[in-house]
Amino acid sequence: MLADKDRIFTNLYGLQDRSLAGARARGAWDGTKAILEKGRDAIINEVKASGLRGRGGAGFPTGLKWSFMPKQSDGRPHYLVVNADESEPGTCKDREIMRHDPHLLVEGCLIAGFAMGANAGYIYVRGEFIRERERLQAAVDEAYEAKLIGKNNVHGWDFDLYVHHGAGAYICGEETALLESLEGKKGQPRLKPPFPANMGLYGCPTTVNNVETIAQVPDIMRRGAAWFSSIGRPNNTGTKLYSISGHVERPCTVEDALGTPLRELIERHAGGVRGGWDNLLAVIPGGSSMPLVPANQCDPLPMDFDGCLAVKSSLGTAAIIVMDKTTDIIRAMARISYFYKHESCGQCTPCREGMGWMWRVLTRMAEGRAQKREIDMLFEVTKQIEGHTICAFGDGAAWPVQGLLRHFRPEIERRIDEYTRRADQLGVRDPVPEAAE
Amino acid sequence: MSVRRLAPPELQPDSFAFTEENLAWAKNQIAKYPEGRQQSAVIPLLWRAQEQNGGWLSQKAIEAVAGLLGMAYIRVLEVATFYTMFLLQPVGKKAHVQVCGTTPCMLRGAGDLIKVCQERIHHDPFHVSADGNFSWEEVECLGACVNAPMVLIWNDAYEDLTAESFERVLDGFAEGHPPAPGPQIKRQFSAPVGGPTTLTDPGLYTKPKTSGAPLTDAAAKKPGAAANVRDAAVPKPPVADSSDPRR
Repeated sequence: MLADKDRIFTNLYGLQDRSLAGARARGAWDGTKAILEKGRDAIINEVKASGLRGRGGAGFPTGLKWSFMPKQSDGRPHYLVVNADESEPGTCKDREIMRHDPHLLVEGCLIAGFAMGANAGYIYVRGEFIRERERLQAAVDEAYEAKLIGKNNVHGWDFDLYVHHGAGAYICGEETALLESLEGKKGQPRLKPPFPANMGLYGCPTTVNNVETIAQVPDIMRRGAAWFSSIGRPNNTGTKLYSISGHVERPCTVEDALGTPLRELIERHAGGVRGGWDNLLAVIPGGSSMPLVPANQCDPLPMDFDGCLAVKSSLGTAAIIVMDKTTDIIRAMARISYFYKHESCGQCTPCREGMGWMWRVLTRMAEGRAQKREIDMLFEVTKQIEGHTICAFGDGAAWPVQGLLRHFRPEIERRIDEYTRRADQLGVRDPVPEAAE
Repeated sequence: MSVRRLAPPELQPDSFAFTEENLAWAKNQIAKYPEGRQQSAVIPLLWRAQEQNGGWLSQKAIEAVAGLLGMAYIRVLEVATFYTMFLLQPVGKKAHVQVCGTTPCMLRGAGDLIKVCQERIHHDPFHVSADGNFSWEEVECLGACVNAPMVLIWNDAYEDLTAESFERVLDGFAEGHPPAPGPQIKRQFSAPVGGPTTLTDPGLYTKPKTSGAPLTDAAAKKPGAAANVRDAAVPKPPVADSSDPRR
């Protein structure tokens, strides 16, 4: 297990003082000026050397992303946008940073903004996080007052930071949809290219980063890339906030090293699976848009990017949703499909129409009221949605269904058989409708 | 996607105007965005309008925001119908309950909370209860999954609920003194029940975590492709940085 001294988020549970004075006592804003004095390239190279990968789901190397920003401004301002639209079901890590350790984020914004030549930054907080937004705004105000950010601040780099918020649209967590929303429009993703590094917010070069990514940067700069990259294994370095929810004894959010085995995380921090490890049915390792992993592949499963990839899933946001054997797995996945149906922005036809179709078919399958050949049809439809939409939302909605079909096909067939067997008793004359919706 | 429409004409109030205080606040919000980009403030302004209007957005309120920002009415209407936290019909006076029903909450018993709402408030979501004080809806993931199941009432989240403790929360709202928000069981926010398993080293908080001059010890670094770039003799101040776009 990670030693306490190696943890970045030392006020994760709100037991300490969250104000500027408290954050300073825990090491925030320490030597920030010296960090900026190293220059842009040095900061970007340090972040590259640390191996930090984006913590928002896709896992793109952060230093590389920053280096895409133009070196010289062509007259347009540069923007840093922080994605605090944490809406992936199962994920609740950024919430803890914003309400309990907001100064790490504010300091990270200054360093990241300097590294990409941005004099202004926007933090886009999801609409539901109302109190979290207030806490974050209070921290920004404190930093302004202490002249840590703003015009003519003590660090010698003018930087304005604004807290913006959404109003309950999951899709605004997609970076271009977030930019659209920030511009005051419907959150509908843009086609790429042009990428935000060339044409982002207000048509200016923009980089969008996750809250956790940005909040880790100050500690990486202070303690060095070598410290950060010594945690975890190559290509999967550093610490990560895991949120463990679902059927565990004591659900919690916890910071641990990347690559910590899933079973250790669940048993050490979350009190184990309800009813013991053998009662485990499946785990979704990275938030609802990632395929589930059945129990027989969960031990050993190192919780990092490569470890999850090896079991055909993905680390995503490291939101571990645990399901024990009492779970109606088909109904649970149907509920996820309903979520995607509800949250589709409606821009691309495969997604807008496909989400509702998948939800309706899955709901029938949960009862067993389906044809067996529809299982293959459902799989084919998920393949037609995946990769045929503007953003990755379509993929994220298709993967959990594919995961279900890959691992729990016998269960679906069993229910169909069961329903057909009882059809006479139920008085059903035309027992199994077909997918014609 | 969800199809949302404005409330029928008979429910629409005749007028809406921001209060002095909210108008001043709105001007501040608009100033956050660059010149000519005041449209960016549309979500915060609609939000404030909703708060002033008793928890829902009327057509007049949407028109007022459009007028204030100089936007076409249809553009603001688009935004108001796209984002699901903007409620387009009247809600309960004392509480509008948003129950999270997505899978992590569902696994831990969100269904029981919905049943309570159906029995106590109204069978269907978005209907105001008989006394006009309560309404409810099922929403998608509110982002407190380790504290599931949970509800959001106005600005506060009530977490770690059971049917009984949820009834108590609703009782509190009915009587006009709501309970303290956050976990409704003995628990420190998102820490595991029974106390944190990490961050228990008291040495973490007794002495400052300063590490002296940052990143001067080049020898401590692992060799890496980009690691050698840092070895400049003297750190330069930002103004002398060759990559500074202001030069």
